[in-house]
Amino acid sequence: MAGGSIDAALEAATRKYLSATGIADLKRLSAGASQETWSFDAPTADGLQELILRRAPGGVPESRSTAIGQVREARLIQICHSHGVKAPNVRYVLQPEDGLGVGFVMDRVAGETLAPRVLRDDLYADARTKMAGQSGEAAASIHNVPMGELDFLEEITPLQQWQNTWNAYEKYFLEWSPSPVFDYALRWLKERVPARDRVTLVHGDFRNGNIIWGPEGLRTILDWEIAHFGDPMEDLAWICINSWRFGNIDKPVGGFGRREDMFEGYEKVSGIKVDPERVKFWEIFGSLRWGITCRSMAFTHLTGHDRSVERPAIGRRSSECEADLMILLGRN
Amino acid sequence: MRPDRPTADEMLEAVEEFLRDKVMPAVTGHLNFHARVAANVIASVRREIGQSPYIEADQRERLMQLLGHDGDWETLNRELCEDIRAGKTDLDDPALLEHLRQVAVENLGVDNPKYSAYARLKE
Repeated sequence: MAGGSIDAALEAATRKYLSATGIADLKRLSAGASQETWSFDAPTADGLQELILRRAPGGVPESRSTAIGQVREARLIQICHSHGVKAPNVRYVLQPEDGLGVGFVMDRVAGETLAPRVLRDDLYADARTKMAGQSGEAAASIHNVPMGELDFLEEITPLQQWQNTWNAYEKYFLEWSPSPVFDYALRWLKERVPARDRVTLVHGDFRNGNIIWGPEGLRTILDWEIAHFGDPMEDLAWICINSWRFGNIDKPVGGFGRREDMFEGYEKVSGIKVDPERVKFWEIFGSLRWGITCRSMAFTHLTGHDRSVERPAIGRRSSECEADLMILLGRN
Repeated sequence: MRPDRPTADEMLEAVEEFLRDKVMPAVTGHLNFHARVAANVIASVRREIGQSPYIEADQRERLMQLLGHDGDWETLNRELCEDIRAGKTDLDDPALLEHLRQVAVENLGVDNPKYSAYARLKE
């Protein structure tokens, strides 16, 4: 679908649902393989609405096994927002008669998602001292959302997480050449898979890059497409993966803070004491999973599905995760 | 590889320089980003061509020590992975951990030695 061809349909939908008098400044922000994001403004009687359209590429839903789809993502975000989670405010969900495919429109939150700016610009210097604690508080608020309202989500147990990762390793590595580091990590993890006990809503991609920051700190959490029920400690670990520290290797939480401060914020909101060993399990698991995911992205290029120089380059980033794993697992 | 001038590395160097010095300053946005990615890809392929013969020889030596027998790199590496998977190796074996540390350093040294974990793991 050509860039500008959604104009008329989006304007009609925004007139219908938000009583807007038109739309302006429509811009495509990203064209990911799983999501399209557009920014636009809509004047209404209540003033100018600053909005984001998120929809499946070309409006056509994709049956990716780990993604929940835009319709469920919109419902999830609405429910989280209603429980005080810092999730975007969904304004309307696209219907088939709108002719825009599958997706939804939400309020656009001003701020910064680009981690290198958040980690280095003076504008965020004060926020950086609070980000770890705020991340813990935000994760706890996600994990507090009543699961009864989320019956459209599926659970992924710790053992299933391990199995899914093994399956991906088999598919993307074993057929070509195994990685002894990944084989080591897979066995180390298999021998330590935590028991399924506390199960909550898990964001699944809670990291620096999916958070909108302002000079005062955390504003909004984005990208809910791989949310599921599972071990809540997955979220506290994923934000610590070295890949999301953007060079600040000694600031484990997102490149900006200390684990202790995140745990304190988490405990304040959830009332639940964090077991650092359990978080470490998920951090090792996350590094491994990201390493395998990087390789899988190369295959979307290699199979001709989505040809781009970026994809094979990402594929080679699996060796970054091998190094992260040996720091986490080694004796040095 | 042909012992000829320009060498394969000199050819790739020319492409890398073209992307960095000519293409990148001339374009913006996605195209600029992809030109940089392309230049980085060329740089890593150059490192791979230069380093992989030594890396393979070193790894083969270490694998023969770990496994106690001779073989080519690919077969030995696969055997080590299968042994780890099958639970035949002791996960606390310092020689195994040292081999894996070196593998990680060697792979990252080719793919992206600027990554923060590289210097840390090399120490």
